Amino acid sequence: MKPILTVDSVSKRFLVGHQTQRESYTALRDVLGQHVKNFVRKSADMIAGRQIVQGDEIEEFWALKDVSFEVHPGEVVGIIGRNGAGKSTLLRVLSRITEPSQGRAVLRGRVASLLEVGTGFHPELTGRENVFLNGAILGMARAEIKRKFDEIVQFAEVERFLDTPVKRYSSGMYVRLAFAVAAHLEPEILIVDEVLAVGDADFQKKCIAKMKDVGDSGRTVLLVSHNMGSIASLCTRAILLQGGQVVGDGDPSSVILEHLTSGTNKTQNRKLVGDENGELLDVWAEDPHGVRSNSFSLESKINVVMEYRVLRDLPVAPFPNFHFHDQQGQCVFVVANRLDQANKRGTYKAICEIPGNLLNDGAYFITAALTCSHNGIEVCFVERDAVTINLVERLADDIHGPPRFGYAGPYPGALRPKFEFTIEPIELPTKSGIAAC
Amino acid sequence: MLKSSPPKRVSTEYELVLEAGRSEKNYWLDLWRYRELFQVLAWRDIAVRYKQTVIGVAWALVRPLLTMVVFTIIFGMVAKLPSEGDAPYALMVFAGMLPWSFFSVALSEASNSLVTNSNLISKVYFPRLIVPVATVVVAFVDFLISFAMLVIMMVWYQFVPGWQILLLPFFVLLAFLASLGPGLWITALNVKYRDFRYVIPFLVQFGLYVSPVGFSSSVIPEQWRLLYSLNPIVGVIDGFRWCLLGGESQIYLPGFFLSMVVVVIFLWLGIRKFRNMEATFADLI
Repeated sequence: MKPILTVDSVSKRFLVGHQTQRESYTALRDVLGQHVKNFVRKSADMIAGRQIVQGDEIEEFWALKDVSFEVHPGEVVGIIGRNGAGKSTLLRVLSRITEPSQGRAVLRGRVASLLEVGTGFHPELTGRENVFLNGAILGMARAEIKRKFDEIVQFAEVERFLDTPVKRYSSGMYVRLAFAVAAHLEPEILIVDEVLAVGDADFQKKCIAKMKDVGDSGRTVLLVSHNMGSIASLCTRAILLQGGQVVGDGDPSSVILEHLTSGTNKTQNRKLVGDENGELLDVWAEDPHGVRSNSFSLESKINVVMEYRVLRDLPVAPFPNFHFHDQQGQCVFVVANRLDQANKRGTYKAICEIPGNLLNDGAYFITAALTCSHNGIEVCFVERDAVTINLVERLADDIHGPPRFGYAGPYPGALRPKFEFTIEPIELPTKSGIAAC
Repeated sequence: MLKSSPPKRVSTEYELVLEAGRSEKNYWLDLWRYRELFQVLAWRDIAVRYKQTVIGVAWALVRPLLTMVVFTIIFGMVAKLPSEGDAPYALMVFAGMLPWSFFSVALSEASNSLVTNSNLISKVYFPRLIVPVATVVVAFVDFLISFAMLVIMMVWYQFVPGWQILLLPFFVLLAFLASLGPGLWITALNVKYRDFRYVIPFLVQFGLYVSPVGFSSSVIPEQWRLLYSLNPIVGVIDGFRWCLLGGESQIYLPGFFLSMVVVVIFLWLGIRKFRNMEATFADLI
């Protein structure tokens, strides 16, 4: 099948200006000279039709560099990366807002892009009027909006305020109405930027359900988000951008893991966190042989280790604890323990042994914390997502054997524990029983 | 919830190639495809303009009326300039002010349109030409209000226009094109160099005096008239007066055609400049 979207070494260049460092004092003569120089340069630029850049030094900046990938119909692709990795620029190029400096992209379907909720909403106009305005801006025909109007209003839950100017809406209502319009677009390619970051939790769930619906109906979706949970649950594929280049492409959970563990390796150069009672020194995961790792098989035991320092003698020992989160951001469990003698000044090492055959495959994010309890509950430090571990399922030689018994799909659930599971016959048909049937 | 219908099979019909410097082959077709957006944007501008403004419509009435009174007194009574034939001076001034205020409002609205709609430009694709053209529709509504006033004034003066009034739509179109050319040029530059927004009020004020709004262009000495017609508005205003005042006003044909040529040149320049810069609007805005 022909890809619906082909991106072929697309690059986007911007010019940025820098102000050079001035001398310790500034003379009026220098300032005037600088201004005259700038003025002459700007005038020359303007006459030549070049872009005017503020600052003394001009530097090229490649927001995208040689980005290539293909998307097939029906794929829901998440684009992830740190701030400034080029995600939004890529979406802007694909939605025709800005043109690439080099390379080409071919879109084989009608595109609707949703880079912002409520683009073009006018505060003076009523909800009803804004639905039509926003719909038209997103590329819906008037007849189409009319047909879906009731559905949109129902989805947004703003029936009572339809004829109120949206400037009197609460921000939640505003966002709901805006997203409702967008959710009813029916393009072949939908480009979405970070719009799920709005609205309350209930509405977010509703939006995710609606987007899933979009994906299931065979539409192609490109989605940028910082919420790894929504990427993992919505997308069939993820692309990781770094410094304007594609550095990862594939299954969402492995790309997310790559993203979260890339760059600043958390076990090195850790900045000390803590208060006057205690501070975190180091935290990592290791296998039973004491080898540090981020990747484990499902059956393997995992030791999560935290080294911390108690900074003064305390009446009650502080207790270290680990919080395990899954890719959806849900807390899977929390483990804590206390050693009563660990209240003296000194450094300590806390080891939590996670048994094999408990966690499911995929990534888990472990938060390390130390809590004092001598003066009410007081937190010394919380290091969010201090360690990321990835659990890999080793495929059994025989898929028809345990634990899959022929099932090849993803194993649902936050955990995949191996419990005692017995099956015993209660009643077996005897020969006479069969005869009785 | 209604399950949305599956999209149509991917067809080459929609194949769209994005490339640097690629001029859109079907740009004008696209413009037609986005006509509903054009309607909606024009409707929005009008709705917002007259919403919550008590004097919204009154403002459109008061401004030309007062200007007409002042011009009639200064040029007609103090300076004692001649009118066109036997037409009352006030009518002659008003017939000139109709295209002039249409031109000046359209020009200033169009010139600022891209910057005021920057949120749209940076978030959604559509042929950008829609935005400045849609704002001209607002100026046209003001024009219609003023035109109703002119009709009332004609009744007051018991002045019957000739058959020429049937040609008025053509001159309205001419006024529209005359404002669009410079409007597009300035709006494109305004995105890049924001200083251009200061040029507009000056241009409009200056234009009011160099164009035959308060006086008839027949007071211009014969040898200068062709040169004077380089100002495209001269042709438009003369045309309006010829239409509205019927036989009382003579049209100076060489000057009129020169004005039309200038209008077309400006329009071509404006569209070309706009199209050249269109692709970079979102980066600059």
